[in-house]
Amino acid sequence: MSAGLAGGLTVRAGGPGPAVRAGRLAPAVRAEWTKLRTVAGPAWLLLTAAALTVGLSALAAGAVRCADTGCGIDATKTGLTGFQLGQAVIAVLAVLVVGGEYSTGMMRTTLTAMPGRATMLAAKAAVLAVPVLAVGAVGALGSVLFGRLLLPRHGFTPAHGYRPLSLVDGSTLRAAGGSVLYLALIAMLSLGVALLIRDTAVGIGAVLGLLYLFPILIPMVTNPSWKRHLQQISPSGAGLAIQNTIDLHNPPLGPWAGLGVLTLWAAGALLVGWLVLRLRDA
Amino acid sequence: MNAYRSTVPEGRDGFAQLLRAEWTKFRTVRGWVIAAGLCGVLLVLFGLLVAAGTHTVTADSSGKEHTPSQNEIRALPRGPGGEAVTDSFYFVRQSLSGDGTITARLTSLTAIGLGQVGMGGNADGGGASGGDASADGLQPWTKAGVIVKANTDQGSAYAAAMVTGGHGVRMQYNYTGDIAGPTGTVSSTSPRWLRLTRTGDTVTGYSSTDGSTWAKLGTVRLAGLPPTVQIGLFVASPGAQQFDQSFGSTGSSGYPTLGTAVFDNVGTDGSTSDGGWQGRTVGDNEMPDRMPGYTQSGDSFTLNGSGDIAPNVDGAGQGLERTLIGAFAALTVVAVLGVLFVTSEYRRGLIRTTFTASPRRGRVLAAKSVVAGTVTFVAGLVGATIAVPLTNWLLRRNGNRTWPAPWPTDLRIIVGTAALLAVATVLAIGIGAILRRSAGAVAAVVVLMVLPYILSVSAALPAAPAQWLLRLTPAAAFAVQQSVHAYAQVNQAYTPPFGFYPLAPWAGFAVLCGWAALALGVAMYRLKRRDA
Repeated sequence: MSAGLAGGLTVRAGGPGPAVRAGRLAPAVRAEWTKLRTVAGPAWLLLTAAALTVGLSALAAGAVRCADTGCGIDATKTGLTGFQLGQAVIAVLAVLVVGGEYSTGMMRTTLTAMPGRATMLAAKAAVLAVPVLAVGAVGALGSVLFGRLLLPRHGFTPAHGYRPLSLVDGSTLRAAGGSVLYLALIAMLSLGVALLIRDTAVGIGAVLGLLYLFPILIPMVTNPSWKRHLQQISPSGAGLAIQNTIDLHNPPLGPWAGLGVLTLWAAGALLVGWLVLRLRDA
Repeated sequence: MNAYRSTVPEGRDGFAQLLRAEWTKFRTVRGWVIAAGLCGVLLVLFGLLVAAGTHTVTADSSGKEHTPSQNEIRALPRGPGGEAVTDSFYFVRQSLSGDGTITARLTSLTAIGLGQVGMGGNADGGGASGGDASADGLQPWTKAGVIVKANTDQGSAYAAAMVTGGHGVRMQYNYTGDIAGPTGTVSSTSPRWLRLTRTGDTVTGYSSTDGSTWAKLGTVRLAGLPPTVQIGLFVASPGAQQFDQSFGSTGSSGYPTLGTAVFDNVGTDGSTSDGGWQGRTVGDNEMPDRMPGYTQSGDSFTLNGSGDIAPNVDGAGQGLERTLIGAFAALTVVAVLGVLFVTSEYRRGLIRTTFTASPRRGRVLAAKSVVAGTVTFVAGLVGATIAVPLTNWLLRRNGNRTWPAPWPTDLRIIVGTAALLAVATVLAIGIGAILRRSAGAVAAVVVLMVLPYILSVSAALPAAPAQWLLRLTPAAAFAVQQSVHAYAQVNQAYTPPFGFYPLAPWAGFAVLCGWAALALGVAMYRLKRRDA
């Protein structure tokens, strides 16, 4: 009876269409995009990230005051403060992209359909990066807009040596554009950590610890060389150096070198994540 | 046929049974036990990391650098209450055996500023060049008057009646005590009479405008005041300090000042020493080129002196709060732990079994809070108790001065840190039960507690919004780690970047408790109205 049942069912892989060839990126991207788009969570998280980024930036721009020339405040960096909050939401999204699949068992289906680990990972990274870049762009534009409106009212005037924030200005463009890249790199870093840790709660704890503990530890350490090294390896601290528009020649890191450090972190996390994905059962 | 009846006696469904059930769930998941242990370990590790990265070197006479031993580091004077104090002033004194009185009339109080010296940070206080004296050196807390002091050692007990540069007549005692008297300044046309009466270990201060009608300033008890004390005249003038904060850094700039006080009608009652008046500097002599000192003609005295008699608040942010910086790492762990304690039941479906066994859902959440809160409290207490002495030992070995605090403050910081972790766990349980999603709940807890601290303490925000953040968000609870009180009688920037929270320690902790109670309340309400 059982033989008859088995004989009666003819399963054809891939259905009527041509079989998906392993290693092809485009179908993998389409599959990942479908997964991301058809759940409500990611869209809400992306919206939240954009709203919180712009919101905190606007609050910070509304809160700072510049009483005199040489008040030493980096107006652009203040206007982009919201990225310190937005990054947490993006980290949640990135951790869920992987951790969510592990917690529901979806990962086994994914890997059965796309056995090429590298292809699957590349597709996930690409599908995550595009909306995060879009959210980053919205966040940066909104932040710069609020900064442009609010900062001149609180003493950030030409008389005090501040021009209104404008993307035509080279350093502001670099800070705003760099912040968009920063957010995408945070997403990649979180993706790698999630592949390594798999559990969403522990994964997000690890990512947020990595992002938020360095800025707390650094002021407590007084050895200049320790301090400098900690500032240079801190993923969020080094990465946010891209927002600096004053004191650029001051150590520990220039803007692009700082973003480079974060890129190394993200690349390292993705590499380790890929290795774990290859070497461990799902 | 009879229906089947179990012969097993009915189990009791009390809160104790529920606690036992939750405790069994907790202790049988290896990851959670490891996480609880990790809390304590992180407290110790971060303390050691801070201590290892804080290394002081000094150069000896031949220019060779070495780590100073504790004998080479001059210990900070400590007041009778155990707190760090500043105790430097010019003192014209006699010794007094037994009870007695000192009276004096102050006719002038002025001060000059001596040069301008940057004091680290982004000090760019331009203006007068080094060494120049400026006439307007009078500080709000430049002070002169009469004093009764246990001895001439720094940090010994005292009570003083004084006139200040900008805060009128005060009676101050044992560094932290400050009683306001009549307002106004002194001049030769409107002098001020001051009097101190010592009876046993109590000292009473009086002030008067004419020397005949006396108004009482206050009576204070100086515990352990010896039979023979030093009484006399004093003048002290703290440095002119300006505190700056800009993105990511703080600094102060200022210059020392030298106060000058003119007294007449100086008289004493009681058995004073025969040697007459003797002048000396107590504590640091900050200006070797302009010696403090005094001149006497009859019962008139002119005193020059610098310094202050007040609590020392420079150590804010550098006491035990620095050794317990690992609380932030432990907090991240308890956020994960608290959230998982709830959400993993939802993920595995265990919550349905839990609610079948104990249908009163609010009680389940309460039991979870008690169990997880107790575990993290104990882990935090053990971790903090080990971290503090170990970190302080390594800090001292690396040639650093550790800031003294009264033992109740040390105790409050250690227990408060453990309690903070416990209540943060309860907050995580509440948010976890509301959201039912691990990642979002963990992120919410960590961001709510850590980001306000980063934004306000790292000087990224100006003082006013930073203080509001630390009043309203759960990060207010880190006030329990503040090691130095804010004192109105010391000029200091009492803002978060300088180590001062806007709320009192336990008031800040209460803000976190309020958040946790709110989260638990909403969670219980939602639990009853939603399917598990």
